[in-house]
Amino acid sequence: MSASGSTALAPATVAPVALDVTGAHKRFGDVTALDGASLEVRAGELLALLGPNGAGKTTLVRAVAGRVRLDGGSITLLGRPLDDDGRAGLGLVPQEVAVYPLLSARENLEVFGRLNGLVGRALRDAVAWALSWTALGGREREPVKRFSGGMRRRLNIACGVLHRPPVVLLDEPTVGVDPQSRERIYEMLAELKGNGAALLLTTHHLEEAEARCDRIVIIDRGRSVATGTLAELTERTFGEQHTVTATLDRPPDRPIPGFAVDEGSDTLRAMVSDVDGELPVLLRRLREAGCEVHDLQVRRPSLAGVFLALTGKELRE
Amino acid sequence: MIATVMRIALLSLRRDRVAQALSFVLPIVFFSIFAAIFGGRGGQPTPRVDVAVVDEDRSELSGRLVAALAKEPTLKVRTTRKDEASKTEILLDRETALALVRAGDVPVAVVLPKGLGETGMWFGGGERAKVTLLADPADPIAPQMVNGLLQKVAMTALPDVMMGSGIGAFERFGGPLTPQQRKAVDSWLPELKKRSSGSSADAPGGSEAPSAAGGLVATEVVDVMRDGSQSKGIIAFYAAGMGVMFLLFTCAGAGGALIEEQESGTLERLLSSRLGMSRLLAGKWLYLTALGSVQMTVMFTWGALVFGLPLASHLIGFALVTVVTAAAAASFGLVLAAACRTRAQLGGLSTIVILVMSAIGGSMFPRFLMPEAMQRLGLLTFNGWALDAYLKVFWREAPLLALWPQLAVLVAMTAGFLTITRLLARRWETV
Repeated sequence: MSASGSTALAPATVAPVALDVTGAHKRFGDVTALDGASLEVRAGELLALLGPNGAGKTTLVRAVAGRVRLDGGSITLLGRPLDDDGRAGLGLVPQEVAVYPLLSARENLEVFGRLNGLVGRALRDAVAWALSWTALGGREREPVKRFSGGMRRRLNIACGVLHRPPVVLLDEPTVGVDPQSRERIYEMLAELKGNGAALLLTTHHLEEAEARCDRIVIIDRGRSVATGTLAELTERTFGEQHTVTATLDRPPDRPIPGFAVDEGSDTLRAMVSDVDGELPVLLRRLREAGCEVHDLQVRRPSLAGVFLALTGKELRE
Repeated sequence: MIATVMRIALLSLRRDRVAQALSFVLPIVFFSIFAAIFGGRGGQPTPRVDVAVVDEDRSELSGRLVAALAKEPTLKVRTTRKDEASKTEILLDRETALALVRAGDVPVAVVLPKGLGETGMWFGGGERAKVTLLADPADPIAPQMVNGLLQKVAMTALPDVMMGSGIGAFERFGGPLTPQQRKAVDSWLPELKKRSSGSSADAPGGSEAPSAAGGLVATEVVDVMRDGSQSKGIIAFYAAGMGVMFLLFTCAGAGGALIEEQESGTLERLLSSRLGMSRLLAGKWLYLTALGSVQMTVMFTWGALVFGLPLASHLIGFALVTVVTAAAAASFGLVLAAACRTRAQLGGLSTIVILVMSAIGGSMFPRFLMPEAMQRLGLLTFNGWALDAYLKVFWREAPLLALWPQLAVLVAMTAGFLTITRLLARRWETV
């Protein structure tokens, strides 16, 4: 697997693998949660972990965090099998805002810093960095319960990375926050990435995964079904195909060859491998059917299309 | 619309077992506990009062009195103690009886003084030997009951002596009997004595005999505790009783922070750090122990400042009992928290368990005033042992060494609760 260059860090050479999960198996009673899932995250890389509900994403993240014991498979961190001591090199950002609401931002950072082994000057420096990094410095002494959702999310991330771990696990770090806060969070993640951290992120926001992540792993039924950059996934799934979307003046009276349409809809879709050769034919068929085209789009399939094609499911929040 | 609102509430109640228990089971449990204490005692026989009897007189009269008291079904009479050196039973003396009352082994001791048989006890003025009742003010009922029974058995078991004494008083104040009267009395007295020896205290009508005959037997009740101990003891009892009950509520509530940590996700974060479950529980337990100790200290300090509780003179005993009690309560709170899945479940369960334990264990009503079976049941509760320890310190003025049974049980409970907590907490760990 090769890592594509990130916007903040574009390594000329392939960065070392920071986290490697190979053939992870886990059963809970009769339910198979992981069935050989594998992934690797390289230093300075942001890897998106996508999958429908129940695909095994959370189990995989919890296994890396040491909260789930695998039945089979291996996890290595910086080339060494992951054990309790090695987990000091991990940072965990849970999906919930896992901070103490009655404590201030500074106090939360201090307690989680201590729990991750920071003391004395190292702790003070780390807290100062985190307050600056999250832009919470002006309100560091207020109880967190007074913070907005975005501020809490930023603090939640900071508490997980305060000890500057080389690998960070982020479980839906932007869920429920407004676009502005989401932008700020991705700026923070880019900074971490730029400093060489390997980030593994689960998300339901496909457009974020498309736009922000270097590579994507799609997991379904406990298995990794596809891994790569968006371009690689699209190429592998659809080849040279493009999506043609035509919006008409009215729903067509009858089926039009080559197009798929939902009943009663005025929008039609078609997949074409040769845009130059096939698009004129499709347009001619529309004219012959007496339809007037109001809008026409020709695009490479999106990640949503890739996801749908690979898992047979839509990805919804 | 209103019916719909009611239906929602009913459906919710049907699926909430804790709410059902709080609504229907807890009131019945409470009613049963207090009915057993104050009412019919659940079909148990009438409770017997432990009483130590010291016969200093060793006369025929005092012997008959002791035997009559021993036959009383409502008394459990002790006249001997085991001598540790010779391993034999020896008769109680005044000092030993006093120690028994002070230690709380018996609530009252009867001392039949020397000269009782000679001076006679009944009627008339002059110097009468007084029967001494050494009483523990912790139990205000027992001395009165024993006093009444003493008067009763004097009437029923010693009618001949009684009549002789009465005639003597009559002669002293009304003039001597005529020879004819004297002869009749003399012939009647042996008959009375014979009849009394054939009667028993539990004979029909025996309990109907006058029991409050206004001091036919001259008695004096001696409070064996120190000055003003009765009111101070009651204050100490309620400070300990309420303190221990609310200590349990505090610890259960604060222990619920574990559930909150799970719900908020901080538990996941804590367990992913270098902390580990054992150290997490140790931290919570130590914190709760400290919190509980402070809470009890505040309660007793208030008692000392406002109600004159002698805290300063019992500081070491108080500190020892408080720390051990708080440690046990903290571990109990953690057990409850680890056993529950939600905060609401914890609230309901802890309310039920703590109130029932407090009622049985004596936080609301002194255990020593409860029927015997209830007293034994109270020893199954945390409150029972903790309160016994506090009462030993503040009421019985017991030396520190005497606290060891209560402290040992509380320490054992702490170890047991912590072990259970650790086992239950495995569900939060790696799966």
